[in-house]
Amino acid sequence: MSYRIETVAIDCLMVRLFDAIDEANMPWMLAASQRLRAVFAGQLVDLVPSYTTLMVHFDLLQLSPDQARTLIREALENLQPDNGSGGRQHEIPVWYDLSVGPELSLLAERCATSVADIVRRHSEREYQVFALGFAPGFAFMGLVEEALAAPRLATPRKRVAAGSVGIAERQTAAYPAVSPGGWNLIGRTPSKLFDRARDGYSLLQPGDRVRFVAVDRATFINLGGDDTPLEALA
Amino acid sequence: MSRLSIEASTPLCLLQDAGRFGVRHLGVTQGGALDWVSMRWANWLLGNPGEAAVVEVTLGGFSLVAEQDCCLALTGADLDARIDGEPLKPWSSFTLNRGQRLRLNQPLQGARAYLAAPGGFVAPQVLGSCASVVREELGGLDGLGSALAKGHQLEYRGTAPGLKTVPEGLRPDLTDNSALDLVLGAQIGDFSGISLFEAFNRDWTLDSRADRMGMRLLGPALQYQGAPMISEGIPLGAVQVPPDGQPIVLLNDRQTIGGYPRLGALTPLALARLAQLLPGSVVRFKPVVQELAWQQQRAFLQRFVA
Repeated sequence: MSYRIETVAIDCLMVRLFDAIDEANMPWMLAASQRLRAVFAGQLVDLVPSYTTLMVHFDLLQLSPDQARTLIREALENLQPDNGSGGRQHEIPVWYDLSVGPELSLLAERCATSVADIVRRHSEREYQVFALGFAPGFAFMGLVEEALAAPRLATPRKRVAAGSVGIAERQTAAYPAVSPGGWNLIGRTPSKLFDRARDGYSLLQPGDRVRFVAVDRATFINLGGDDTPLEALA
Repeated sequence: MSRLSIEASTPLCLLQDAGRFGVRHLGVTQGGALDWVSMRWANWLLGNPGEAAVVEVTLGGFSLVAEQDCCLALTGADLDARIDGEPLKPWSSFTLNRGQRLRLNQPLQGARAYLAAPGGFVAPQVLGSCASVVREELGGLDGLGSALAKGHQLEYRGTAPGLKTVPEGLRPDLTDNSALDLVLGAQIGDFSGISLFEAFNRDWTLDSRADRMGMRLLGPALQYQGAPMISEGIPLGAVQVPPDGQPIVLLNDRQTIGGYPRLGALTPLALARLAQLLPGSVVRFKPVVQELAWQQQRAFLQRFVA
């Protein structure tokens, strides 16, 4: 396994393991994360994984940048991919409806097909969680079928409802909380994606596998969903 | 328990500490006092741990009344602070007697003042910190990230040592306009030669588009010539360059990952200075080697030990 260690800040180093987004990166990323956490232990402030990189924020009171580099090399020596743990499986209920997912029609139009077909195609795939970011518990998942890929909205919405499920390029995600957002919205989940009372806080973690399950409005409401139409939130 | 009642506040008056750590991999931002140096001095004046909860007042508009006789400390910007109309200069601890009113009016020098109380203000720890992040609904008095507002009560439980002043020679110089230290990042070689020259030799003006997430800088458009980037972790102080070529310094409330190329990251000491600058201020950048910046930071932290 080859990798590069890059300088990013006074107390941060970037470990670059790959140059492209690929689902096959994950077993290596998970293994590297685990090793780095174990070797740095209390000398680690934060470890920020993304698609191809792991940013190591070390405690500058305990380690110099050079000592941190040495620890990284030690942690990643003879790294083997982690195929075993492979993340948890989730089924996330989604109410796919134009009132909460206005871009369903846009996607149907682009693909010259029906809204029902878009829903079927989004929910039949199993997605991998690549990274968390943007907001607490916001999980970047993929890869969405190529034909469903859609660029972000030219003008992001000021307010996107919590639970909104969207597509941007070949990624899909659900907004854990109300926030601005530029993704193409196709539905809403009642699942609580970030919960400060939950162990580990975030429902989804890098390496997890996710399948979206279409539910009707009644089920969505029963599961605690809020069906306020998107335009009412603006 | 001592109480202070807030009579006036703004969305820019926030309870802060050093920030939230160990949760960045969940997409949770750092938060915390932007001018960490002034926060630490405020706590030092009262014998508190350096990262005890303080009030960060940006630009003024903040006022409170003591419900008991209190000892507090004020550092950072000179926001025309007054006790019952009498001027109060920052960088000292002071007494606010029952019924007296402390007001922070408007910036005379600097942008952010820090108010500390013995033992730190009492607030729930949310994900290990009380740093207020409105966007993420984390921290603050209510634990939901709300800014301080009229009617809120601040409380503290500690007892104050005698009144103290930060020695003049140790106070940050808010008029210092020397270049800000920037640790060079991995994409530095992918900017055009002329852009590299301009990044470190031209004036950069702070735009009014500035908040706790980031500050935009206006100047010559910098040209990135490298390949498009895949999102990756963003350190505190990262100077990212979006396609319009105008750099953005990412601050405590930044998003956790992002895909714009970066010149590098400002040092913590440079960030503390930047936090005191108002829109329209002019800054320059100076490249610094990571190891040297690290040594300087370690040496600087020794100041607070005594």
